[in-house]
Amino acid sequence: MSTLHLGTRKGLFTLERRGAVYSIAHVDFLGDPVSMLVHDPSTGALYAGLDLVHFGAKLRRRDRGASEWTECASPEFPKDDEAKAMKTFWALEPDGRGGLWAGTIPGGLFHSKDRGATWVLNRALWDHPDRKKWMGGGADEPGIHSVCVHPQNPDDVLIAVSCGGAWRTLDGGKTWASAADGMYAEFMPPERRNEPAIQDPHRVSQCSADPNVLWCQHHNGMFRSTNRGGHWEELVGVGPSKFGFGVVAHPTDPKTAWFVPGVKDACRVPVDAKLVVTRTRDGGKTGEVLTKGLPQSHAYDIVYRHALDLTADGRTLAFGSTTGNAFVSADGGDSWSRVDAQLPPVYCVRFSG
Amino acid sequence: MPRVVFTSHLTRHVDAPLEHSVDGPDGSTVRGALDAVFARHPVLRGYVVDEQGALRKHVAVFVDAEPIHDRRSLSDAVAGGAEIYVMQALSGGSVA
Repeated sequence: MSTLHLGTRKGLFTLERRGAVYSIAHVDFLGDPVSMLVHDPSTGALYAGLDLVHFGAKLRRRDRGASEWTECASPEFPKDDEAKAMKTFWALEPDGRGGLWAGTIPGGLFHSKDRGATWVLNRALWDHPDRKKWMGGGADEPGIHSVCVHPQNPDDVLIAVSCGGAWRTLDGGKTWASAADGMYAEFMPPERRNEPAIQDPHRVSQCSADPNVLWCQHHNGMFRSTNRGGHWEELVGVGPSKFGFGVVAHPTDPKTAWFVPGVKDACRVPVDAKLVVTRTRDGGKTGEVLTKGLPQSHAYDIVYRHALDLTADGRTLAFGSTTGNAFVSADGGDSWSRVDAQLPPVYCVRFSG
Repeated sequence: MPRVVFTSHLTRHVDAPLEHSVDGPDGSTVRGALDAVFARHPVLRGYVVDEQGALRKHVAVFVDAEPIHDRRSLSDAVAGGAEIYVMQALSGGSVA
C-alpha cells in the first residue's frame, strides 16, 4: 500500500510513499470540504463525498486509471411529513457486489447498485419504529457513520449510528435488529442509560478475518463484541481515557485494535496535551499507550472518527487531526512519522493500493 | 421574459451556462423560472435546491435586487422583465 488519501475541510490530499516518507502528490477539490472517502478494490474506483457548504452534498467517483472525476448522484430523502434533506456523506462502503452503501446525516442508509448513479433509501431501517428515537450526536441530526459488511456474506451488514446504537441485518437490509446490547449512555437520564436505540457509538470497526469481532469507540467508553453485536463488553483496562472517535480493528488478529483517545466530551483534547495512540493486543484487557514520534507537549489534536485507517496487512497506520497534522506508522503503531504539511482539519483518512 | 443569472462560483462544480432567459407563464414565479432552467440543465437543480424543493440554506435568491420571501416553495412573483440572481450566500462562509 503506497497511496494515502486525506479528506479535509479544504480538499482531498493524496500522498504517495517514497521510501519510508509519505508526501503530497496531488490535490483535488481544493477549498471544498471532503467528508468521506472510500476505495473499492473490486472496481478500482475511488469515491469522494463532498460537503459543499453552499451547494449541498455531492458524490464524485474517479475510476481506475482515470484522471477526471465523474459526478454521481446524491441520495435523496422521501417527500414525506419529515421532509428530510440530505446533508452529509458520513459513511461509504463497498457492498461486496460492486455497489455501495452510503450512511448519511440525517440518519439514512442508502444503497447503490450502479456505483453511485442512482440511490435507494433502505426503507426497512428508515421505517423501523426505533429510528425516530435517534438523536443528533456530533451534528444536529443523527447520522450513520459505520457500515461493516461481512467479508464472506454481503447480506450480513452491521451499521452504527450517532446517536442511534448499532443495527444488524442478515438478509441484505430487508430486516434489521438492534445490536447495541451492553453499551451504556452517560449522557441520558438513569432510566434510559441502557436503551440500545439512543447509544452513541462514535465508530465501529470489524476484524476482516473474524467479523464476529467488532470494536467500538463509544461516546463514553471503548467496547468489543465477539458475537457481531449480540453483546458488547466495555474495555475498562485501556487508557489513558475512554473518550475518543476513531478505532480500527486489526484485519487478521481479532485481539488487536487501535484507538486515539481524548480527555472527555466536555474537553476534546488529548490527555495532558500529549497526542497518543492506544493499542490493545489482548482483546482489550490491557492497552499500550504509543507515543514514539507523536508530540508529547501542547498537542491539542483531536482525531475524528473516520480519520484513522490501516492497510490490509495490519502494519501501516495513518491518522489525521483537527489541527491539520497527519502521522504514519509503518510498524503497527510502535513509532510514528509526521507528514510534512500544515493541512486543513482532517475528516477522513483512507489507504488505497 | 425574466432573466435568471447564477453565481459564477458554480462554474467550479458544474458545466452549464450561467445566464438564462425564461419564456411564457413558467417565468411568473421564482419556482417556475428556476424549474424551467433546471429542465434544460438538470445538473443545476441539486446545487440550488434540496430534494424537498426548498432553497439550500446558504444559497440566496434575489428578484430585482430584493431577497425572496418564500425560500421553501419559491412562490415569490416575478414580473416579465425581472432579473433573478442566484447567489452564494455569505452565511456559509464561517464554515470554511
